[in-house]
Amino acid sequence: MSEVRVLVGTRKGAFVLTSDAKREQWDVSGPHFAGWEIYHFKGSPADPSRLYVSQSTGWFGQLIQRSNDGGKTWEPMGNQFKYDGVPGTHQWYDGTPHAWEFKRVWHLEPSLTDPDTVYAGVEDAALFRSNDGAQTWQELAGLRGHGSGPRWQPGAGGMCLHTIILDPDNPQRIFIAISAAGAFRTDDGGETWRPINRGLKSQYIPDPDAEVGHCVHHIAMHPSRPNTLFMQKHWDVMRSDDSGDSWQEVSGNLPTDFGFAIDVHAHEPETIYVVPIKSDSEHFPPDGKLRVFRSRTGGNEWEPLTKGLPQSDCYVNVLRDAMAIDSLDSCGIYFGTTGGQVYASANAGENWAPIVRDLPAVLSVEVQTLP
Amino acid sequence: MIRVVLPAHLRTLAHVKGDVVLEVDGEVTQRSVLDALEASYPMLRGTIRDHDTQQRRGFVRFFACEQDLSHESPDTPLPEAVATGAEPFFVIGAIAGG
Repeated sequence: MSEVRVLVGTRKGAFVLTSDAKREQWDVSGPHFAGWEIYHFKGSPADPSRLYVSQSTGWFGQLIQRSNDGGKTWEPMGNQFKYDGVPGTHQWYDGTPHAWEFKRVWHLEPSLTDPDTVYAGVEDAALFRSNDGAQTWQELAGLRGHGSGPRWQPGAGGMCLHTIILDPDNPQRIFIAISAAGAFRTDDGGETWRPINRGLKSQYIPDPDAEVGHCVHHIAMHPSRPNTLFMQKHWDVMRSDDSGDSWQEVSGNLPTDFGFAIDVHAHEPETIYVVPIKSDSEHFPPDGKLRVFRSRTGGNEWEPLTKGLPQSDCYVNVLRDAMAIDSLDSCGIYFGTTGGQVYASANAGENWAPIVRDLPAVLSVEVQTLP
Repeated sequence: MIRVVLPAHLRTLAHVKGDVVLEVDGEVTQRSVLDALEASYPMLRGTIRDHDTQQRRGFVRFFACEQDLSHESPDTPLPEAVATGAEPFFVIGAIAGG
């Protein structure tokens, strides 16, 4: 019988939540790496027993942990992220040049085919790759070097490369997103990159439709349609049907088009999910109601999903990497909150229930569907 | 014999309990102690000092013999009591919070 394993990164450690395919009874394991910030925790699609963790603190810096047995045991791996060549400068908050400086790994994206290959998106924004199971890391420097790097500027959370999407049909194509620079694509395995932000409009930058400078929060793709991308931007939910060459707004009737998380149903490539969040600066759900919104039309027409979610006095946030989708026949949706709840729906969002209620603030949620 | 006391998170990472005992060849300095520590426990590389610059991380402090040695040159000899093992060399995660 199938099993699901939910991998949760929090402000104070990692947790593993496991259940059978019914997704009613859950076993909770953790905290692993107690006291450390776990920005991301993800398994290899090519070998589900291979897990990677980004572990950091302000005191002792960055660690990468690896498990070869589904999280039973862990081994610290290489933690040296050295920018290629002379790092140069990007813009600081006040617009002055600021030297590139490694701070942490925000996102780990294991290869779709090779358990030993994994990508790391870091702050200050850059993309690294390891081909030896995270022992050593090399920067794909063409991204920072493509020309617009000196104009990138940090968002409120730092200048982070937070989204990495590997094209399942074309191993040479990778999409990434940076706050606050925008989305970028390579078609040659990471050697060269170009911005893919045409159609984005951001009133908070001097030129609202500039080539770079947009605060992209997250991007999602359905593996059966790798040319279609869905984006939650600082404001606006967007879609592209030409691999990011152009974008159209699909915010439609959302109560607010601000948010962080966005994801796609496992079996319905036009069914997408967001969690609208109020902004500026509040960063909690509108009206104190925690609602996931679902569109079955690829955007524009949205319906609130509320059964089992708090509909009063709820003021948590759902961060960009804190939503995930399993691939069971009845698609499971998971998301974590800054209040420490991890909610699950085993029926595509119709009904929700908390798996856990009182974890540290949740930074990331991933799920593995195991045979 | 040099005794090093690590903060709890780094003891967990290095799988050690209590003091770490090291043999240091030559002069006993911050640098030679940390070199020996990282040689014995490679997982600690990058957690106390930067991989490249070898500079102490901002929220890490070095204490010994009731003195804060954090701002000493890494090549300044450590107190004799540390060099003889009579006193430990403390690696401290600075208290930050309210």
